[in-house]
Amino acid sequence: MSLTAADFVPIWPELLLLVMVCVILIADLFLRDDQRNGVYVLSLLTLAACAVVTVVSAGSDVSIVMHGMFVDDPMSDALKVMVYLAVGVMLVYSRTYIEARGMFRGEFYTLVLFATLGMMVMISANHFLSLYLGLELLSLSMYALVALQRDSAESTESAMKYFVLGALASGMLLYGMSMIYGATGSLEIPRVAERIANGQANATILVFGLVFVVAGLGFKFGAVPFHMWVPDVYQGAPTAVALFISTAPKLAAFAFAIRLLVEALGHPSLLVEWQQMLAILAVLSMAIGNITAIAQTNLKRMLAYSTISHMGFLLLGLMSGTVDGYGAAMFYVAVYAFIGLGTFGMIMLLSRKGFEADRIEDFKGLNRRSPWYAFVMLLLMFSLAGVPPTVGFYAKLSVLQAALDAGYIGLTIVAVLLSLVGAFYYLRIVRLMYFDEPTDTAPIVASAGARVLLSVNGLAALVIGIVPGWLMTLCQQAMQASL
Amino acid sequence: MSAMPLLTLAIWVPILAGALVLATGSDRNASLARTIALLGAIAGFVVTLPLAISFDTAIAGMQFIETTPWIPRYHVNYSLGIDGISLLLIVLNSFTTILVVLAGWKVIESRVAQYFAAFLVMSGLMNGVFAATDALLFYVFFEATLIPMFIVIGVWGGPNRVYAAVKFFLYTLLGSLLMLVALLYLYRASGGSFSLADWRALPLGMTPQVLVFLAFLVAFAVKVPMWPVHTWLPDAHVEAPTGGSVVLAAIALKLGGYGFIRFSLPIAPDASHALSGFMIALSLIAVVYIGLVALVQTDMKKLIAYSSISHMGFVTLGLFLFERLGVEGAVIQMISHGFISGAMFLCVGVMYDRMHSRQIADYGGVVNTMPIFASFLMLFAMANAGLPGTSGFVGEFMVIMAATKVNFWFAFTAATTLIFGAAYTLWMYKRVIFGAVANPHVAELKDLEPREWIFLSVLAVAVLWMGIHPAPFNAVLEAPVADLLQHLSKSKLP
Repeated sequence: MSLTAADFVPIWPELLLLVMVCVILIADLFLRDDQRNGVYVLSLLTLAACAVVTVVSAGSDVSIVMHGMFVDDPMSDALKVMVYLAVGVMLVYSRTYIEARGMFRGEFYTLVLFATLGMMVMISANHFLSLYLGLELLSLSMYALVALQRDSAESTESAMKYFVLGALASGMLLYGMSMIYGATGSLEIPRVAERIANGQANATILVFGLVFVVAGLGFKFGAVPFHMWVPDVYQGAPTAVALFISTAPKLAAFAFAIRLLVEALGHPSLLVEWQQMLAILAVLSMAIGNITAIAQTNLKRMLAYSTISHMGFLLLGLMSGTVDGYGAAMFYVAVYAFIGLGTFGMIMLLSRKGFEADRIEDFKGLNRRSPWYAFVMLLLMFSLAGVPPTVGFYAKLSVLQAALDAGYIGLTIVAVLLSLVGAFYYLRIVRLMYFDEPTDTAPIVASAGARVLLSVNGLAALVIGIVPGWLMTLCQQAMQASL
Repeated sequence: MSAMPLLTLAIWVPILAGALVLATGSDRNASLARTIALLGAIAGFVVTLPLAISFDTAIAGMQFIETTPWIPRYHVNYSLGIDGISLLLIVLNSFTTILVVLAGWKVIESRVAQYFAAFLVMSGLMNGVFAATDALLFYVFFEATLIPMFIVIGVWGGPNRVYAAVKFFLYTLLGSLLMLVALLYLYRASGGSFSLADWRALPLGMTPQVLVFLAFLVAFAVKVPMWPVHTWLPDAHVEAPTGGSVVLAAIALKLGGYGFIRFSLPIAPDASHALSGFMIALSLIAVVYIGLVALVQTDMKKLIAYSSISHMGFVTLGLFLFERLGVEGAVIQMISHGFISGAMFLCVGVMYDRMHSRQIADYGGVVNTMPIFASFLMLFAMANAGLPGTSGFVGEFMVIMAATKVNFWFAFTAATTLIFGAAYTLWMYKRVIFGAVANPHVAELKDLEPREWIFLSVLAVAVLWMGIHPAPFNAVLEAPVADLLQHLSKSKLP
């Protein structure tokens, strides 16, 4: 068997990105420090070009290429475009921040782009091997990014934790996959599903493998009880990298869960099994994430626990086991990623050379210093808390609706009550910004691009909240056409 | 039917005006912000006038209907419409906004634009709550009002404002989150519709009805507020700036009563009947017990806050008697309480602006220095006590009449408010206004300035008009109330 030209059409965005990363890597060698901006611009252009290619080639059909390794479907197109957007926005936000901390080097950009490539491979994986390859490409780039600030003991420590626990998670995942391979005799996702449906697989081994797969997924999502790394990594990593970890990879992790759990192991006999597992992960994540977040004084750490609770919500959407539920979860993760971008963007906006605005107190009296950014942060916080008319409300609504539809009334009520707990600590930020006097009075320094984008990001939380229909429909249709 | 989307205008004109005010930015442009805010508030009121003028009192159902698909994925529509009950509340709300802007005109000196913007946005959102005929749209407006109110209490409030603001927010959020679950349940039960009209016609078994009723009860009881979930209100009222107190008392509390009328009663009629004894008991406790609590307050705002809770007890009492007089009386009481409590808080604000104290003990003999103000306060105090000829009398009297029909002792217990209400209001009046001039600060007080004259006399006219000639209000309410009671008389059990 050989590859034909048709095999290469759907992987155009990946090829383009790969070529461009190599170009950037080499070009960086020949650039002087004052020309480094070229790398930044080139990276943004690459992402934009990938987005154009993906959008142009997007269709409503599912095509499987490269000997069944790679799938191109509406879900992957939609998620990839979101990933480009998230990565691009992150690059703009972090421009000033990394320059002030001596991280404005070619490595940062190549690592980010390699991670992006990893995510794209994960999103489009149709085979356990490509899934795993994408995941490792993403993870290894991430470990390096966290450790990029070599002189910082905190960063190095968190990179170490991230690496050890990440490797453990990969191991579990791989072990689970091998079990599934043992039971079904295939690594190709549709083939695995087919064998399970035919009843050719040994149920005990399958469930055994499933447990490991879910545990590995739990690590990647940062769901309780596999969440230990999240707060330390968020706090220790440079804010730009924490921003990166908390946004785009969540989109990829969502695709990962869909490919593994729904497409490969979505047979009703297994669905029941993983629904129960996810239910436990979801409730624990929402409870521990929300309750622990209250006690945090470090904003990045608080956001880490907040992420954990949001992943709990996301799992609630996934476990509903219906296409509606998957659509709701996709909407949720997209919304979460963009609100997360804005929140970390605000931290970087308030930070400057030699000063990290990562304590909650640093937001005190922001309304005095800059009413506009206080308003932006207010929108982001209410969105995270899920208060209408911000977009976060609709994300919660669609997930709750899906969970209720699947008959989980008790879980829905628990989720609702825990989101009340969540409202408390988001409200605390708003309280500090609006009700207190500022302690830090330094003027806000940020590039024009970051300022504009951050404003757009905050306003989008409100505007998409007023007209949420199109994004919901988009996620729904992408899901329907892909499954 | 008018071609103009009047309800959309009633919602969005104030919100856009609020955005415009916000755009004036820092306090250097404070006078510009004030002017735009006043014009915006007036414009917001003016656009509600055609609603009142071309309203057809013969129609029981919704009028001025607008429907546009909003979230097709969940069949949610941006659908608006009003009946007589909503009409009164919308006009009251838009009217109150003007008063609030006037009341804050001089007093608010820091972050002026944000203050006025918050009130204008809130006004638009409240109109949205009263006009929404789609449950999700209702919920979005209902929740969104929390954000500006939270900011208003927390930024411009008194010394304990942060505690009050957070308590206010979390209390009300808890209530509405349970309501959200009920809404989602009904969406499912009705086969995928958020339309209130569909839900009204939807047959439901007794258990779901009771559960839905209880979920709504938590949300609306917190808003009304009913005993025993009223404790956020005195805190919020005391700490809020005058404008905040006025909006809270005059408008925000009405969301609860309105919610009962729009959701609990028509969607779960059998549960409403079954639980009416419980509701009446809670209402009577509010009327009597909170009335007694009001008697011992030393802080004027707190006293009025407790008096509000006691008066709102009449609203819930009237609704759950299932009598025409009771329901109409409840709505009249809501409107009248909007005028009276608004006026009372404005009066306290007038004194507070001069003396910076809300303690009754700091006053005494104000009549000597502020005779005109004392006369106004006299009128409003009498109205608060339910004196015939003022609006306070009409609603309470109607509810008591209805209660007599149902059970003498309900009526008897409710009627004690005429004594307690008079006692706490007039006793406060006596201590503040009469007696010897208590201290040199009182001796230096200046009487009303023109701005204060305007808003107090407008309210005085409203209170008297409603008290002497309530017929137009009753006429507007007649058809929708009759329709509601007719709907309530039929079981929805499948």
